[in-house]
Formats: sequence, structure tokens, C-alpha cells
Amino acid sequence: MIELRDAVYRYDHAEMRFELSVAAGAFVAVIGPSGAGKTTLLNLIAGFERPESGKILLDGREATALAPAARPVTTLFQEHNLFAHLTAAQNVGLGLHPGLRLSPAQHAEVAAALAIVGLAGLGGRLPRQLSGGERQRVALARSVVRDRKVLLLDEPFAALDPALREEMVALVDRLRRERGLTVLLVTHLLDEVGDFADRAIFVCDGRILADGVPADLLNRPTVPELKAYLGRRAAGVD
Amino acid sequence: MIPRPGAAALWPGAAALLALALLIGGALGGLLAAAADTGTSLTRNSDYVLAVLRFTVLQAALSALLSVGLAIPAARALARRGRFPGRGLLLRLLGLPMVVPTIVGVLGIVAIYGRSGLLNDAFAALGLPVRLDIYGLSGILIAHVFFNMPFATRLLLQGWAGIPGESWRLASQLGMSSGQMFRLIEAPMLRQVAPGVAGLVFLLCFTSFSVVLVLGGGPPNATLEVAIYQALRFDFDIPRVIALAALQVAVCAVLFAVAARLTRPIPVEMALGRVVGRHDLGSTLGRVGDAAAIGLAAAILLLPLAAVAVDGLSGPLSTALTDPALWRAAQRSLAVGLTAGGLALALGWGLVQSSRTLRVRFYRRRIADRLEMAGSLVLILPPFVVGAGLFVLLRPVADVFAIGLVLVVLVNALMGLPFVLRILGPAATEAEERHWRLCDSLGIGGWDRFRLVDWPLLRRPAGLALAICSALAFGDLGVIALFGTPQSETLPLLLYRQMGSYRTEAAAVTALVLLGLCLAMFAAIERGIGGRGSD
Repeated sequence: MIELRDAVYRYDHAEMRFELSVAAGAFVAVIGPSGAGKTTLLNLIAGFERPESGKILLDGREATALAPAARPVTTLFQEHNLFAHLTAAQNVGLGLHPGLRLSPAQHAEVAAALAIVGLAGLGGRLPRQLSGGERQRVALARSVVRDRKVLLLDEPFAALDPALREEMVALVDRLRRERGLTVLLVTHLLDEVGDFADRAIFVCDGRILADGVPADLLNRPTVPELKAYLGRRAAGVD
Repeated sequence: MIPRPGAAALWPGAAALLALALLIGGALGGLLAAAADTGTSLTRNSDYVLAVLRFTVLQAALSALLSVGLAIPAARALARRGRFPGRGLLLRLLGLPMVVPTIVGVLGIVAIYGRSGLLNDAFAALGLPVRLDIYGLSGILIAHVFFNMPFATRLLLQGWAGIPGESWRLASQLGMSSGQMFRLIEAPMLRQVAPGVAGLVFLLCFTSFSVVLVLGGGPPNATLEVAIYQALRFDFDIPRVIALAALQVAVCAVLFAVAARLTRPIPVEMALGRVVGRHDLGSTLGRVGDAAAIGLAAAILLLPLAAVAVDGLSGPLSTALTDPALWRAAQRSLAVGLTAGGLALALGWGLVQSSRTLRVRFYRRRIADRLEMAGSLVLILPPFVVGAGLFVLLRPVADVFAIGLVLVVLVNALMGLPFVLRILGPAATEAEERHWRLCDSLGIGGWDRFRLVDWPLLRRPAGLALAICSALAFGDLGVIALFGTPQSETLPLLLYRQMGSYRTEAAAVTALVLLGLCLAMFAAIERGIGGRGSD
């Protein structure tokens, strides 16, 4: 579903080089220190950044030069996923038409998507009238109506309470199973997503240094960088 | 190769830059061509030029010193007294001189401080032998304080608002006195903020025109800007104009660089409502001192404006208001204000559109800075130089009677551009930072991007920028004083002529109409475009 073939990206003097292949329907957790390239990896897949060399394939098709809107990808950012001056329903509706010209059927679709994420009847609210978790649900509802096969999550739940965080990841996992999505989730809390993710990759210094089942990465870290990243969590297991 | 998304946003900036280059390049080219035709010796004028430069620097330095010197106690008192009736209103009124037409302010100042003004009447009634003469340096300083002290007070208040609340809590825990707080908390802040504010006031007074033209009282008291005007008006001596302008640009460029180093960016749209919990507010001495500082600042600001209102209302309203010349001038001024403001906003929007894209998407911070700098550098060009250059350029093709209005529009559009960039730039960049990825991933571009994202987020700063630029052009007595004809007379020019021919009563009514229309236009644009309390 997602393939990066020796995709190279340079910014200032830092060079990042990614080689990655993700099967359709996978749930991959992306971990690594801040500034290591996790967000860049997601930006390359989403098309916000272009690689200097190498190839990006999405759904089996060459996507390296494709505009972000033309890719089969939806991204959830940590914040600013919604336009603060538009209502929840309008924010969702943007996923159907970027100029918000919606047919009655599409309005119904928006309402249905809000219901799927547990926000039935709240479409008229402005983002500031919603809680942090509800705002990210609105963004998820938009990903539902956009119906793209790849869902990238760049720490969108980091600011939420632990219980709410788990609830949101469970919602993402439900959407993945029901709609056949491929999910990449950036997180610092691998143990929290371990129940859902079937694979974890460790990004450090612009490379993918470890790749495997989440429990293995957590309990049997192979490279020293991963040990250092996990800190006492790893030491305690050893 | 498919172009990167966002590359289309570079066209508006390129177009705005081209328009700037054509306008300024055309003006300078026209001036240089005219200079080549005439040609006089400059050397015999050098004493005169030096005298003008000396006076320009002197009055600007004194104005800056006085304005900031009076603003510091006023700002401190306003910061200390968080709640007293009328505080909010006073803070709003402190923003007035920025949009009050200069010539109206000058008229109000003459009514208070002039030969037969309120102050001299008071001196005479008290039997004091003092007589204040407004024409000359003293008048220029009074007017510059009127226009700049309130503005300086607002900027300094920002400095006070920037002092963290913990500092005050700590001070009260340590039992500091008012004097110790000033020395340990407020003075260090002032050392950082005040030089930048003083530099800004100096720059504004250095290029002052209308105030010096009306209150200068004759040839020895001229700023470079007035000297340029005189060289154009009486001799059309282009080489002298070029020499004076080069001098002004050189000095301003140096000041600009120094000021840019001294000032930290201060947002124009500011929140001043924050109240600090200080424990040293109970003493009688402090209360009296604060009341005096606030009272003095309010008097300096409000007395001239009140005089304009009172004199205007007690004048021959019915005859003056039915004068068709007044309303034709008002119509011209409205047209000039709105056109110049709209043009400035369009140019500024274009530049900002491109600079923010370069800055945020393409990580080209330096090119973005330069692009915005190009728009701001207009500030150091004397308007008369641009006006005269465009006059030379357009004279063969334009209607000589209407050309004054065209020049006023073009020059004011250029002069308003730095305000647009300053007000719109940060908000536009923030909107881009927050939303560009989301817009790209949803395919929101072009008209949809403008309608759904940029307009709702930027209408407030855009409305404020348009209101300020329009008000400045509406009240401008600069280029029009040089090229105005009875067929192109604007309200400020009409008022200037009435004052010059001692038609005092008619002038009072004209001033009130000018002030009223200017403020009404400002409020209408700010509300109409900006909307009410939208976020």
C-alpha cells in the first residue's frame, strides 16, 4: 500500500533516507526521538514535502510528484486539524468539496460520518465549543467522508488524557477494520498502542533503524539508539 | 515536472513588486530626466542645506525626547491604575492622533496654544505677562507631542503588559517600595522598549511636513521635507530636490537600520486590558502623581480635539455647510481615501501572499524578509520625490487639472503599504503556518482558499489596514498642496487655503467636517470589513 524506495530528503544539513514498505490494512506505530524524522516521513507520504531522489508508491501507483490532495492519503495533525471559524459539519464537509458546495445527499453523508465517530447532532458546533477529543473526532469524521485508503496520524492524541487516548486509538482501529484503512500512527507511547498496532518502526537520525512487532521492539531492543530512546523502560525489561 | 503546490501564490507578490518597481522607478527616472534638462549648481546652496538638516534633526530629537518623556509617566500611571472610570475610553482615544488629519490637529493646537488661544487667554486673565508664540520651534514641538505622545504611550503600555505577573507578586512578597519596583522591574523594561519607541517618533518627526509647513513660521524653520516642497513649488529646482531627497533617504536609511535593531516587533493591534496586581497603589502621593500624569496626557490629547469640535459647532454652520465647494472637496477626499487605501491593501495583500508562502512552505525566510522589506522601504522615500517624479512622467499624457488627485492616490497608496504589511503580514503568515498542509491535503486552493480560509481569518487585520490607509490618504496634505488646483481641491487642501487666507470661521467648520468624515470612514471600514468580534 505504501512504499518508499530510497526516498532522500534534505533540509539544511540534515539528510533523511527512507526505505519502507507497508502492506494494505496494516496498523504501524512510528516511534523515535523528537526531530528524528517521524513527521518528515509522514510529510513525504502525504506530499507536503517532496523527496530529492527516490520513489514513493501509494496503492501500487507512482505518487512521488502527486499533489497532496490527489494522493489516497488523509493526515491528522497534532493540532489545527480544524478551521476554527467553521462549524464541525463544515469542517467535515470540506472533505467532500474543497469549496463547501454540497448536495443534500452529501450533507446527509456528513451527518452520518459525525455519527460514526460518536458526534451525532453536534455538527453545528464551532471547534472552540468542543473538547480536545471531540475536535479530533471531527477530523476523523472528515477522513471518513474523504474515504482515502491511507490514514496518517501525527501524534493527534498526545494532548488527551490516557483513557481518552486509548478510546481514540480504539476508534481509529475500528475505522481501519471496517473501512480497510492502512494506518501509520506517530506516538511516544508504544505500550499504549501495542494492543492495536501489528507493527512498529523506530525512526532515528532520518533512518528507520528498527522494524518489527511492537512487543519485540519494546522488550528486546536491538540497536543502542532504541535502547537509549526507551530509557529505563528498556533497562527494566533487560 | 508538475509545479509544487503553492507556487501559484508567488504570482501576486511578483505582480505587486513589478507595480512597485514601475511606480518608484518611473518616478525616480522622471525626476532624473528632468534634472538633466535643467541643471543648476548645488554648491552655493550647501549652507542652506546644512541649516535645514540641522533644524530637521534638532526638532525631531526634541520631539522624540518630549513625547517619550511625557509618555513614560502616563503609561506607568495607566499601567498601575487598572480600573478607573473612562480608562478603556482613554486607551481607545490614545489611538486617535494616528488617524486624525494632521491639518485638523494643527488647527486645534492653534486654537489652544495660539496667539489668541485658550492658554494665552488664561495667562492674560491671571494677569501674567507671558505670551506663548506658537509659530516656530515651540509650535512644532507642541504639535509633534500631540501626535506622537499618545502613540508612544500605547507602545510603552505594551512594555508594561509584557512584565510577567510573577514579577509583581515577587515584588510584593519581598516588600519592595514603588521606587524599588521602578528601579528593579520597570526601568530595565524601559531600557529595552523606550529607545525603539523614541527612534520611531524621531523618524516620524524627521519626515514631518504639514506641521512644519503651517507652524514653522518661515524659511529658517524647515525640515528637509518642507525644503523639498519649497524647491518644487517656488523654483521647480529639480537638482536641489534630488540633493535634498538623497540626503533625506540617506539619513532615514541609517535611522531605519538603527531603529530596526533597537525595536522588537510590536503588534499594532494590541490588548492593553491586562491589570496587574501591585501592592504599592494605596499611597496618597502615588494617587496624586498618577492622576496628574493621566490628566496631563488626556489634556494634551483632548483639548485641541475639543477645540476643533467646539469651534466647528459654534461657527457659521448653516452658511458653511451649504457651500458646494466643501462637499465637492469632501467627495474628492472620500474617493482619494478609498482608492488609495484599496490600492495599498491590494499591493500589500499580494506581497504578503507570496512572502508567507516563501517563508512557510519553501523555507525561504530571507527572500520573504526582503520581499516585505521592499514594501516597507517606501517609508524612507519622501512622498514629494515620488509625487514630483510621477508628475514629470505623467504631465504629457494626463489632464493637468486632475493630475493632483491621481498623484495623491498613487503616493498615498505607496505610503500606506508599510502599514498594510505590518498589520496583515503576521496574521497571514500565522494562517499559512496553521493551515497550509490541511488546505493542500483537502485541495482547497484559489478562490475557495480565499473565501473559506483566508478571508474569515484575515478580514479583521485587512479591515484595520484598509481603514488606516484610507484615513491617512483622506486627511493627507502633502502632494496635494503641491499639485492641487481648484478643480482637484480635497478637504485638507481647502482647509489649508482657508487657514492661509484667515477665513477662520469657515475653516473651523471645514475642520470639523474633515475630522468627522475621517473618523466615520475609519469606523465604517473597520467594522464593515472587519466584522464584529469574529475570530
